[in-house]
Amino acid sequence: MIFTIFLIAIAPPGPIRAYDTPDDGGGSVIIEWQLSPDDAILDGYEIYRSENGQDFEKVGFIGKSRNSIDDQTQDYKRYYYKVAALKDTIREFSDVSTPVMSSPQWIDRSKVNIFVALFILGSIILYFISQARKGRELYIRKISGLQAVDEAVGRATEMGKPILYCPGIGYIEQIATIASLNILGEVAKKTAQYNTKLINPHYDPIVYTVAREIIKESYTKVGRPDAFDPENVYFVTDSQFAYAAALDGIMLRERPATNFLIGTFYAESLILAETGASTGAIQISGTDSLAQLPFLVTACDYTLIGEELYAASAYISREPLLMGAIKGEDWGKLIIGGILIIASIVGLLTNLPVLSLFR
Amino acid sequence: MQRTFPLILCFIFGILGIIPFIVPHPVVQHTDEFLRNDLLRILAAFALVLGLGSLLRVHFDKIQHRRENWQYSWVLLITFFLTSIIGLFGGVAGTGPLPTRIGNFSFDIQTIYLNVEVPLGATMFALLSFFMASAAYRSFRARSTEATLLLLAAFIVMIGILPLGNQISPHLPSFAQWIMDVPNVAGKRGIAFGIALGSLATALKILLGIERSWLGGGE
Repeated sequence: MIFTIFLIAIAPPGPIRAYDTPDDGGGSVIIEWQLSPDDAILDGYEIYRSENGQDFEKVGFIGKSRNSIDDQTQDYKRYYYKVAALKDTIREFSDVSTPVMSSPQWIDRSKVNIFVALFILGSIILYFISQARKGRELYIRKISGLQAVDEAVGRATEMGKPILYCPGIGYIEQIATIASLNILGEVAKKTAQYNTKLINPHYDPIVYTVAREIIKESYTKVGRPDAFDPENVYFVTDSQFAYAAALDGIMLRERPATNFLIGTFYAESLILAETGASTGAIQISGTDSLAQLPFLVTACDYTLIGEELYAASAYISREPLLMGAIKGEDWGKLIIGGILIIASIVGLLTNLPVLSLFR
Repeated sequence: MQRTFPLILCFIFGILGIIPFIVPHPVVQHTDEFLRNDLLRILAAFALVLGLGSLLRVHFDKIQHRRENWQYSWVLLITFFLTSIIGLFGGVAGTGPLPTRIGNFSFDIQTIYLNVEVPLGATMFALLSFFMASAAYRSFRARSTEATLLLLAAFIVMIGILPLGNQISPHLPSFAQWIMDVPNVAGKRGIAFGIALGSLATALKILLGIERSWLGGGE
């Protein structure tokens, strides 16, 4: 009987390096190694960890051609690592790494560029707000959707019909919902002045409580606290399509002369907008939900697209400080546009490292 | 003070919301999680009670004053109290002290949800296809240059993604894809820039107390 033994020799991985994961909240280290020269025939790499540099235990496996892995660790505890190149049952170990210790960081350096950009843009906005405070005249382009607010409220008053204000199905922490509530405050002032019924059904109970206070304050501010009817501001349901059904019902029963659909919307946007259109109401919509914008543009008379939604309360109230913020936004856009054009040209012509800032 | 105190609270909690974005330390992240999950949940529970209170008040009022379609308010009130009792005492899957099964007929809250709420939601969602057709008909009427361009673009994209498009011209699918990838994405990104800057400005205005509409406006 002849036994043939094939011994396959594989080369171990090259130098190994273990280091604390940068810019994280701790509890993690990264292990990197140089691939074995025999990487092509390997099954993969096994990662071993030790707390004293001697007793190693396997903590992970990664396929061939991969040369890094992260490992969950306990902060402020020293660990040693080594990596084994694996082929069937054959293991060839790398050298042991220098000790590594994970710790949480206080600053995420990868986000510093965003923070600096926010700081610069914020400064521009604050500059224009301060200019507005000093009384400088600021020109803001016409936004037809917002110019129509007066017309919409007036029409409802003439027809003796109510106004429906839907703040969408967003939560209070969403900026579109906050912007919608700001507009609601201004619309409520107008309905209070004209003594027009304002119906305001809600999807989220927190948004409902805030909206109720806003409307109440608006009525008080224009000297009509008695005209505020809390029965017209109510919570309906936190089920998306049940809310859509409820609003459709209100549109068909109450036949509002004007529908405001302003806030965060999802699939229900077209259901609401089309039902509103079928009742012949003037519809003013606004959202920052990109996917819903085409539906609202199609089915509504006026649509506030993205940033117009945020500018709306300033535009309606004409408060100079708020107008200053809009001017600041416009300058911010101009600067970003300019930087993008310059960066695109530079990126096409050269390969400067500064371009990595835009990634 | 009635206005100053909410503004101070808004500023403090607004800053507390920004810091975790750039500070990954667990102390900051855990505080943020507490604020977002635990504290907000407690607030939501209070708000839910107020919300349900308003819902019930509206419908009781409707019945009391015999307003238009007041009969439907009975449907809401009866189903509200019925499902509340089943949910509170019958448990989510019928494991509570209240029996939620008669023979093979079970009416625990999970069953009610899956067999009533979900199909009704799906029915509403299904209506979307009809609304989409009517909205498409309205927007695709070539009344202006923009509407004509929209109609043309939509036509090319729709034909381009069908096998028919490839038979008409092998370049049509790639042209349809180009419309989706280049002009469409460019427009979306332009809007996204505006949204990002608008969000920043709105956040600043609220944090610094310049925007006070949420407080009813005023000084």
